[in-house]
Parts: sequence; structure tokens; C-alpha cells
Amino acid sequence: MLIINCPYCGERDQSEFSNGGQAHVVRPSDPEKLNDKEWSEYVFVRSNPKGIFFERWVHSHGCRKWFNAVRNTSTDEIIKTYKLNEKPPILAEFTNNLKTPSGEPELGSGNFTVKK
Amino acid sequence: MWRSPEPKKSYDIIIVGGGGHGLGTAYYLAKEHGFKNIAVIEKGWLGCGNTGRNTTIIRSNYLWDESALLYDHSLKLWENLSEDLNYNVMFSQRGVLNLAHNEHDIKEIKRRMCANRLNGLDSRWIDTGEIKKLVPIMNTDNLRYPVLGASYQPRGGVARHDAVAWGFAMRADEMGVDIIQNCEVKGVRTKNGQVEGVETSQGFIESKKIGIVASGHTSILAATAGVRLPLQSRPLQALVSEPIKPVINTVVMSNAVHAYVSQSDKGELVIGAGTDGYNSFTQRGGYDVIEETIRAIVELYPIFGKMKMLRQWGGIVDICPDASPIISKCDVKGLYFNCGWGTGGFKATPGSANVFAYTIANDNPHKINAAFSLDRFETGRLVDEHGAAAVAH
Repeated sequence: MLIINCPYCGERDQSEFSNGGQAHVVRPSDPEKLNDKEWSEYVFVRSNPKGIFFERWVHSHGCRKWFNAVRNTSTDEIIKTYKLNEKPPILAEFTNNLKTPSGEPELGSGNFTVKK
Repeated sequence: MWRSPEPKKSYDIIIVGGGGHGLGTAYYLAKEHGFKNIAVIEKGWLGCGNTGRNTTIIRSNYLWDESALLYDHSLKLWENLSEDLNYNVMFSQRGVLNLAHNEHDIKEIKRRMCANRLNGLDSRWIDTGEIKKLVPIMNTDNLRYPVLGASYQPRGGVARHDAVAWGFAMRADEMGVDIIQNCEVKGVRTKNGQVEGVETSQGFIESKKIGIVASGHTSILAATAGVRLPLQSRPLQALVSEPIKPVINTVVMSNAVHAYVSQSDKGELVIGAGTDGYNSFTQRGGYDVIEETIRAIVELYPIFGKMKMLRQWGGIVDICPDASPIISKCDVKGLYFNCGWGTGGFKATPGSANVFAYTIANDNPHKINAAFSLDRFETGRLVDEHGAAAVAH
């Protein structure tokens, strides 16, 4: 289980939290001008990277506040959590050494956190 | 069993992903559509992904007409698959139960059962007395959410997952399909909206048609061709117990308390857990997810309370917003996807492979998978199967 550092309560078990998917998705300012394809992108399509992912969490069984996190989905390492009114951290500050599109070693399936 | 050829420079069709769906696609392309110059490219060994790590449950009792047609197409192929492949996939039609634990469950499951019957499926409602006869070890009344009835599909069952991959691989290989293992596809190369081939760990391989069947990693490969898919990848866990004498000769699933169990031919209980509540590619899964399932299993079957679990594993599944798969071409010419199977792709293996082969061969969907095209997210004609998918998405 992950340990998540809630910006309001500190470190808690992940089972206290619920995930809200990709962060920083902006609602289109002129929805009526969107065609069906663009609207479907907004409604259904979210980033699904293997690597650095900006996502939302809510501390459902705690302070019930929403916040954002930067997590590496190939290792589950949470790099940073930050409040909703804060700017997203700059990606260049993180080292993302993923070489393959799947982010795994050349062969087989890797699990970097366990191997460390 | 099959050759391990060096990849050629060029193929008519490349299938990315050597699991059941991918190997099956190559098999049907060669068998039914006359293509011989095909490669299946797999980054590990055959069936090492979700094909080799699932709970092998097969059923077709889905709610909507489109799904019932697709999954029953698959079930019908399962019924003759051992004969078709001349290889025993150990398909065992031991029946599948879906338990109801409250008033809402009863209504939802009965509705689905009625829809199934209208589609000619063998679903029927059974009461607690009959459940007790089928599964004497089940605790139906002395638990927090009592068992109030179930839908029962006798034609459902289980099959040997590895054998499915091996069977398809052997017969595809015999027809000239190159199965290339330990070769990772790193990306799809496109030019002027048409695929040119794939970049792999063994160099560039040319092809005008590429089918991607890479489950959890499909959206990552799609991104290399500039295609965004409505998929999210999550770990799905399962576990097996130490082997015991036969105690349960059917498959029992419960969505409400999240417990599903069957017994393998070796005697192990095969238990399916849920997905983690967040995207991840770690092939591991959270411990709390197992705890939730085991809690329900022990309450439903008190005699399992002191058993030891032998092993646990997690596979990365690609989940679609409507809990239905995508079997479709896309805006890039020559690029095809068979993905989004989420938590229940194994049951669909032969059916999905069969219609996907048709889609690639004809550059047009088969009438069975037309409803599962990518454009359903634009038209809004979603096939919402959250109720019939065993694991909550």
C-alpha cells in the first residue's frame, strides 16, 4: 500500500484516499464551439502515461480535501503532493529515466521500486 | 512447439502482443483470411502477461445486445476450440453463478438475466435452495450481506489459460506465422497518416497493417503513433490457495461483496481480487485490495478461513470508460486496436481474435464488433457494461 502525504494532514495510508484521475484538465471555455471529436476528447480521453503522472487525490476518510500529486506510475513513487491552488511543479525538476515507451527494461516486466 | 525465427524485414501484418488475443488474431488471419506473411511480436515470452495471470472465467451473460453477441460468439468458439486447434485447452463448462445480496442486486441481476434470455443465452435465476445444492460449502444466511439468489449460466466455465496461448501459437506457426519473442515494440512509425512499421528492440520491421493487442500498454504504443485512446491502466490482482480436495465444482462470482472463486484442476482455489483505485504499471497491486476480497471470501465460505494462499499476482489491465472493449481501426491508416478489455478479457479470447482478424483483413469491422469501434465515444453510443463486468471499474 502507498503512503500518501496529504498537504493538510501529513502521511496517511492510501486506503484513506480516493483517486480522481488526471489533474489540470481544463473545461473548454466555449463548449458549444467544440465538435463531437473534441468534446469526446474532453469527456473520455485522459493521459495514461507510464512514468510521471499529475493526478488528483481526495482524502475521503480524512480531511475530505482535494489535492494534486505527481507520481511515477511505473514505480508508484509519489514525488510530490501539492494543494489545488498551487502551480504544478516543473517537470524538468524530475529525472525520468524511462527509455522504452512502456518504461520497462528491454525484456520482461520491471519493478524498479522492489528491485531497489 | 513453434519456431523462433529471426524477424524478416517486412510483413503483410504485424500483431503487437503475444497473448491469447494477439496469437488468436494471427491464427484466424492465417486460417480464415489467407494471410501467411504475419508476425506476432512479444516483448517477453508467450502468454506472460495477462493471458498467463487471470482467473480464466468464461461466460457471456452481458446485459446489452452488442456485448451478448460478442461474448457469446466467443463462447461458441470456446465450445469447439480444443477440436479446432487439435490441442486440449481444458475448457470446462462447469457453470457460472452471479450472486445477489440485496434487493437492488436481485433487480439488476434479474434484468440482466431476462436480457440474456431474449438474446438466446442460457441464463436463469436460481434461488438460495438451489445455490445450496450447487455449492454446499457456501454460507448463505449467516453473514452481513446474505445470499438471496443468483443468475446461473451453465455454459460458462473455465479453461486452461496457458494452453490457449500455446494452442493458438502452434497452429499459427504451422501456417507460417512468425512468432517473435523477447522483442519489444518500442513504437509505431507513421508517415502521412499511414503506418510504415514498428520500431523494435531488434530494429525496424516494415508493415502496412499493424494490430496492437498489448492490454495495459496499448495506450502507450498508440501514443507513439499520435493516437490518444480513452484507456486507463490499472493493476488487477488474483491469487491462488494451496491445493485441496475438490470442494467447489462451479464458478461463483459476487459483485456486491467482491468475491469470486473457482477451483482449478490442480485443486487450488483461484480467487479474483479487484483493481487498484489509481493508474499504475507496477504489476503488483495494493494489499488492501486483497484484504477486501479475502474478507468476503471467508465470510461466504467459512471453511476457507484457515487456508493458506500460495501466490498472488497483478496484471496491468486497460480500462475503458464504458467497461466495454475497443476493437477498431483508427484515424491512422493501417493501425488497428484490440484493447480496453479491462478486467474481463480472457473469456473473449477466441471471439475477439476472430472479429479482430476480420477487421484487419477487410479494413472494416465485422458486424459483431462494429459497435465496439472508437467512434462510439464521439457518437455517444456507449456499451455500458459496468453491471456485467465482475470487477468494479
